[in-house]
Amino acid sequence: MAKLNSKIPEGPLSRKWSNYKAEQRLVNPANKRKIDVIVVGTGLAGASASASLAEMGFNVKTFCYQDSPRRAHSIAAQGGINAAKNYQNDGDSVYRLFYDTIKGGDYRAREANVYRLAEVSGLIIDQCVAQGVPFAREYGGLLDNRSFGGAQVSRTFYARGQTGQQLLLGAYSALMRQVNKGTVKLFSRHEMLNLVVVDGKARGIIARDMVTGKIERHFGHAVVIATGGYGNAFFLSTNAMGSNGSAAWQVYKKGAFFSNPAYVQIHPTCIPVHGDFQSKLTLMSESLRNDGRIWVPKKKEDAEAIRAGKLKPTQIAEEDRDYYLERRYPAFGNLVPRDVASRAAKERCDAGYGVGSGLAVYLDFADAINRLGRKVVEERYGNLFQMYEKIVDDNPYETPMMIYPAIHYTMGGIWVDYELMTTIPGLYAIGEANFSDHGANRLGASALMQGLADGYFVLPYTIQNYLADDILTPRMTTNEKEFVDAEEEVTSRIDRMMQINGKLSVDHFHKKFGLQLWDLVGMARTKESLEKALVSFKEMRKAFWTDIKIPGSKDEFNPELEKAARVADFIEIGELMARDALMREESCGGHFREEHQTEEGEAQRNDEKYMFVSAWEYKGESQEPELHKEELIYENIKVAQRNYKK
Amino acid sequence: MDLTLKIWRQANATAKGKFETYTVKNISPDSSFLEMLDILNQQLIEDNIATPVCFDHDCREGICGMCGLYINGRAHGPDKGVTTCQLHMRKFKDGDTIVIEPWRAKPFPIIKDLVVDRTAFDKIIAAGGYVSVNTGGIPDANAIPISKKDADTAMDAAACIGCGACVASCKNASAMLFVAAKVSQFAHLPQGKVEAKERVKNMVSKMDEVGFGNCTNTGACEAECPKEISILHIAKLNREFFAAKIC
Repeated sequence: MAKLNSKIPEGPLSRKWSNYKAEQRLVNPANKRKIDVIVVGTGLAGASASASLAEMGFNVKTFCYQDSPRRAHSIAAQGGINAAKNYQNDGDSVYRLFYDTIKGGDYRAREANVYRLAEVSGLIIDQCVAQGVPFAREYGGLLDNRSFGGAQVSRTFYARGQTGQQLLLGAYSALMRQVNKGTVKLFSRHEMLNLVVVDGKARGIIARDMVTGKIERHFGHAVVIATGGYGNAFFLSTNAMGSNGSAAWQVYKKGAFFSNPAYVQIHPTCIPVHGDFQSKLTLMSESLRNDGRIWVPKKKEDAEAIRAGKLKPTQIAEEDRDYYLERRYPAFGNLVPRDVASRAAKERCDAGYGVGSGLAVYLDFADAINRLGRKVVEERYGNLFQMYEKIVDDNPYETPMMIYPAIHYTMGGIWVDYELMTTIPGLYAIGEANFSDHGANRLGASALMQGLADGYFVLPYTIQNYLADDILTPRMTTNEKEFVDAEEEVTSRIDRMMQINGKLSVDHFHKKFGLQLWDLVGMARTKESLEKALVSFKEMRKAFWTDIKIPGSKDEFNPELEKAARVADFIEIGELMARDALMREESCGGHFREEHQTEEGEAQRNDEKYMFVSAWEYKGESQEPELHKEELIYENIKVAQRNYKK
Repeated sequence: MDLTLKIWRQANATAKGKFETYTVKNISPDSSFLEMLDILNQQLIEDNIATPVCFDHDCREGICGMCGLYINGRAHGPDKGVTTCQLHMRKFKDGDTIVIEPWRAKPFPIIKDLVVDRTAFDKIIAAGGYVSVNTGGIPDANAIPISKKDADTAMDAAACIGCGACVASCKNASAMLFVAAKVSQFAHLPQGKVEAKERVKNMVSKMDEVGFGNCTNTGACEAECPKEISILHIAKLNREFFAAKIC
């Protein structure tokens, strides 16, 4: 426990960040020019951090696996971004956003970090508007807001159903402006494959040029990981096909602690699975729950008839519908947090009331269309409805949408302190890649907020506190032994992979593993399922290294090789997820242990024993990782059981 | 569905490419076009037929702009207003032969098979596709009201995903719709007005420099744009450009 120092500043909560900024060390402009910072990933966190650091005068090297930084998966976020602006005069404040986020996270997040997040949230909106992000507006010309789950105020800013796209393009354009100035050197189609640690400090990365296959060494005085989450371990998720947990996993193996891997968010409103050839799941934005009502038939025989194709949802009379979220949670209704909504959907489907294949519930807009008119509904959700129709071939204006929960986001990630530094000095983790702000469950429209808060307004300050000691450290040549060794680790792993020459394609294997992960470490977990997972994943790891087949060579553009390296890591990540879930003998947020629930089926926490952040330390391939605990101390919030009923 | 696929195969940028013919069987009409290619690739690998076909793709929900295939002579295939990843097999018939090519345009050199290099687009954005503000030191978001109509028009333009379908569909390989989308977004907003002239001049000259052709108003770009961005934005671009050149 002594190893974890979260470095939370002294003083009252509302003064901590300003006290920190007043006292931190800075790097002067002349010295900034002498310092290189590596940023891996160009989503909201990575792009905004790269741009901001370069504007300040640092030399930035930015890496992404896509062909352009604009394609990072933040782009797919639909619904919106939260900020405590209180433009609606509905009682919002920094404290309320802070409170909602801690409560939404089921009291498993760090107070000081979350308060800072709420504090800088307003600045993000200012920044994006200044960049020309076309947020939705009222007729008077001012910014419009909508509501998201887990909140009783309207604090979500949005740009139609493409908020993530518009925010990312804002950050991307700021990044490209710096590329033009020569302050950022961009390495697209490059994948980080190892971290270089010199004298205990992060000093560079090993990356593969994905076009030529060349392995490259890159030096940086500090390294920032902004590579998102590990949700794709499940194969089917709302993540992009290329999203992966490999950079996070490599730094874990080099000594960065990994926190709360069991906290995975399952999003309640995704288009249901329709076949075993399926490659990904598509999200239908949470914003739809503003106007859509979720229901299943009240009578089992109706559900059966619908599944058999003998009844249509529109034929079910109003009194025969069970609007189960409104019934169970009258105060928040359809806008309960994601974990609650997902579990409630599973509960109804498991009880035999599911529609479609049996694993789906209805999201119905008939009331909204009657109340607002089709035109308004189209204006609000038009692109989502169109997307749904293209995929499912059903018209949601006429018949209710079918939805089911799917893997969406990972709250767990690399452990960081208040400065967003990992347990390796000089190594930072920002955005979804770290664990810090969402506890055991993230509220809707908070991922965009956190990514941009970290990248624009937190890291550019805190990283200077570290780099102030580095102004005299000369750039390394990358011929040092540590660079050579790190490169050797990468090339020997790739060689080993290319030589497996088994029979299965990587996707084939990944699907098999993903299904197991979903069954054993998915929405509901038990001691038994998790113990089984630990045994099974070890076997799968072995099978991977004998069964898969990677055609082509390592010295060319080879997507099969890229996927293989990621899947090898996913299997190991899955093992740590199971281990963490097994250790945590309670239910909280996205982590639901069937043994620990209230009589009403709600998650039951055990604050006495588990009010801590787990932080796992890698101990080598053949040894079990060591668990460290960061106790969570709530000085400003009264810890309670989450209640969305009244 | 059983299908015959004629796919462009090219080992690298300098190699000579050619069409290869493959067949896939029992494809569900509910699967997406890229899932159909996944099935083909799994078959090519596990049955030792050939190396898998390389194609770009990522989000698979029509927003990242990474995918882009020229299918039966049309960018992103036969469906309207969708990217390749949103195209579903129900748009084809059992027994069809489908011809699949990469984007073909000089500024988009082929990397391998169906994968092209679109960094030319990044270069155009780097030349001026931004409002020059640093992080911090900005006014409150509600300090400058913007009419809903202008904000909506700006959003229409900003919906561009940078996939390159406009270039691939244009007989001149023109990037005018792509450039226009960015220029028009900012032209409808008060932010960045002070640098509007420099922006349009720099972006257009970069567009020429990296080798894109000019616009002859055929409208192919608008017809094939997966985000249905209107060529009215090209008119706006032209207006901005001429105005910048005159004064």
